[in-house]
Amino acid sequence: MSNLLEARELNAFYGSIQVLFGLGLEVEDGGITTLLGANGAGKTTTLRSLSGMCHTNGEIRFDGKSIGGRATEDIVRLGIAHVPQGRGTFSRQTVEENLQIGAMTRWGRAEIAADIERVYGYFPRLKERRTQQAGTLSGGEQQMLAVGRAMMLRPRLMLLDEPSFGLAPLVVEELFGILRTLNKNEKVSMLLVEQNAALALDLADHAYLIETGRLVMDGPAQKLRDDENIRKAYLGY
Amino acid sequence: MELFLHQVLAGLATGGIYACMALAVVMIYQAIDHLNFAQGEMAMFSTFIAWQLIQWGFPYWLAFGATIVISFAAGVLIERVVLRPIHDAPVLSHVVAFIALLSIFNSGAGFLWDWTIKNFASPFGAGPFLGQNLINKHDAGMIAVTILLLVFLYLFFRHTRIGLAMRAAAANPESARLAGIRVGWMTALGWGMAAAIGSVAGMLIAPVVFLEPNMMLSILLYGFAGAVVGGLTSPGGAVLGGFAVGVIENLAGTYIPVVGREMKLSIALCIIVAVLCVKPSGLFGRPVVTRV
Amino acid sequence: MLLRPETREPPVYAVGGITLAQWRLILLGAGLLVVAVIPFVLKNFYIFQITLAIIYAIAILGLNLLTGFNGQFSLGHSAFYAIGAYTAAIMMENLGINYVWTIPAAAAVCFVFGFLFGLPALRLEGIYLALATFALAIAIPQALKSTVVEHWTGGVQGIVIIKPDAPFGLPLNSDQWLYVLTVVVALIMYVCAVNLVNSRTGRALIAIRDHPVAASAMGINVSLYKSLTFGVSALYTGVAGALGAIAIAFVAPDSFTFVLAVALFVGLVVGGVASIPGTLVGGLFVLFVPNIAESVSKGLAGAVYGVILLLVIYLMPTGFAGLMRLITAKLMRPSR
Repeated sequence: MSNLLEARELNAFYGSIQVLFGLGLEVEDGGITTLLGANGAGKTTTLRSLSGMCHTNGEIRFDGKSIGGRATEDIVRLGIAHVPQGRGTFSRQTVEENLQIGAMTRWGRAEIAADIERVYGYFPRLKERRTQQAGTLSGGEQQMLAVGRAMMLRPRLMLLDEPSFGLAPLVVEELFGILRTLNKNEKVSMLLVEQNAALALDLADHAYLIETGRLVMDGPAQKLRDDENIRKAYLGY
Repeated sequence: MELFLHQVLAGLATGGIYACMALAVVMIYQAIDHLNFAQGEMAMFSTFIAWQLIQWGFPYWLAFGATIVISFAAGVLIERVVLRPIHDAPVLSHVVAFIALLSIFNSGAGFLWDWTIKNFASPFGAGPFLGQNLINKHDAGMIAVTILLLVFLYLFFRHTRIGLAMRAAAANPESARLAGIRVGWMTALGWGMAAAIGSVAGMLIAPVVFLEPNMMLSILLYGFAGAVVGGLTSPGGAVLGGFAVGVIENLAGTYIPVVGREMKLSIALCIIVAVLCVKPSGLFGRPVVTRV
Repeated sequence: MLLRPETREPPVYAVGGITLAQWRLILLGAGLLVVAVIPFVLKNFYIFQITLAIIYAIAILGLNLLTGFNGQFSLGHSAFYAIGAYTAAIMMENLGINYVWTIPAAAAVCFVFGFLFGLPALRLEGIYLALATFALAIAIPQALKSTVVEHWTGGVQGIVIIKPDAPFGLPLNSDQWLYVLTVVVALIMYVCAVNLVNSRTGRALIAIRDHPVAASAMGINVSLYKSLTFGVSALYTGVAGALGAIAIAFVAPDSFTFVLAVALFVGLVVGGVASIPGTLVGGLFVLFVPNIAESVSKGLAGAVYGVILLLVIYLMPTGFAGLMRLITAKLMRPSR
């Protein structure tokens, strides 16, 4: 299977401070890849680099085309949806408006309306709250809204930054189940950044491990999950 | 009683000016999430451009339309050229930039057209409206245009895609980028629209207060006051707020003995502050609910 | 064999081999030297101007405490300046009290006014607070002109003050003596400000600015601190106003319009928000730049001023203090 996303020798900087060092990763078309690591390891920075929100050099290819150095708005239009850390909710707008904003780059009123209904199909709780101010939703609902908003782009690749953060275990389980479904039914490839390794390895096909800006390990998720030594040394369980 | 009614109507008439200005203020606030202190001076400068076009022989409505287009373009240009470099600077620095613009426009207008008062024609003619002695034609026309603008803006922001995109860009620029919205151009569009509306406000106000470079200073303040009383998130509220400020100011000036002409502005502002203390987001503003 | 991890002291940064702490002392010393020498080197008019610059700096310091360190946006500090100035003028001319007492009096009066204004201001945030304070700035000159208080304030014409001479027969002329007085007051106030900002109270103020909810959750009485800060801020600006009244020997309502409030705000940002040394740069800016603009072009003075202001903001978006921080960061090297 071909790689939908490829990064080679990726370096990222915040001002003059370098935070990523020669990163290389791949996301298979149709697969779910996870990037694991502790706090401050550089996971969020990696996603931001892929979305063009950081100063980077190195090579990033999406579907064969180079996207390094392009503006975020252009990268998004190529079919990459980024669900940011902290959800990125438009708090003052309603739930429905949030979804409409997600579809801003698309045309065709009927299709967009149909897509909104489809998102409500995955997240019925959002439909109940469709006219509510988005900032008043709970953490779990806002996370679902964020994923829904990303879906409105009809993306080929979704970047998810710590979707389980601050959510109750039951809610996380529900969310990850929906992510699995989205991956299978809507053919959305995913790059999932998580601190909760057990959860991520359960969902993903392939895993990378990052430590202070450098990749230290990668392999099939199954392998990392089953290898007790690796789990104890790197993932703490 | 008749004095009271007369003062209320007179207040509504001046309130029409403030309502128009308040609308422009809310417009820019919706687009860029802060108040543009240079709004008044930009409106004044636009009005001078209109005056100049009329002096050069343009018919009124052609000059009116041309001024709106020129103001729109100027607003976009200012955002893209002047404000782009300080995009990432803290809010307080932006305020200083607005103050700088205010100074440039005020001084520039005085330099180009000097500081004497000029007459500016009203497209609605002079004389009482509908023959009654309640309000005159110009005030009626002004109120009508303000309401039309209000309806237009309401429809634009609530029911068009681009209106929603602008609101999104102002509310959460990073998330807006992630949705593919070109935030820079949305902000520029907001500035253009605000400048255009400001120019309309200026052209409607000038016949009443006479055209001169300092005409907008206090009116901008009344406009802010009206916008704040009504609620910065509510264009309709801002218009009502503008009218309210006009009426309150007039009544205070008439009935409170200590208040002479000069104090009217202070009284109005004090009342505004009082309203805010009771209802911090304005009378019709949507209270922003935040989760702690 | 037990391996003990090597403990390292954190690096001490230095520029050009001299540590930052040492640089601060050097600059402070140099500054004090310059300040001491000025009255003997410059002509009277220039001494007068520097005195005014220092007075504006004190006023800006007041604004800085409120807006810079405590996050309460004020566009109305001309009001407190005016109250301080008029307190001094009324005490000196109407009550015949010695000018020295007007300074603590102005401080007390303005503290009360500031605190009282701070109470309703608690409900207002950001732009709403800015407007409310702007309203205050507009209202005060008009109130001063009002016929009700004309007997005390002299109405539109204001009050003329007799400029005091140097006491104890010191061999200083009026301008030199006022300079010395201003510098002494400034030193006291600046030392107090530095102590305040570096104390627990100062940290509480900054916490309130950055995250009021968290501050409140940590037990800080946000309302009390915010109102007190308003009071202290007004106190500083009021003292500046009193000194200004004495130095200029005249007060009138139109000297204290919103133009002054805006100028103080501009001075704050140009010097650097939340920077105490920056206020001195702000004071110099407020005093000299409008004059420079006028000398470039009389007819377009305002436009030139605006252009200068834009250039300053482009070059130093975080003010002079911010620029100094950037330069220092680039030149810093660990010295051990």
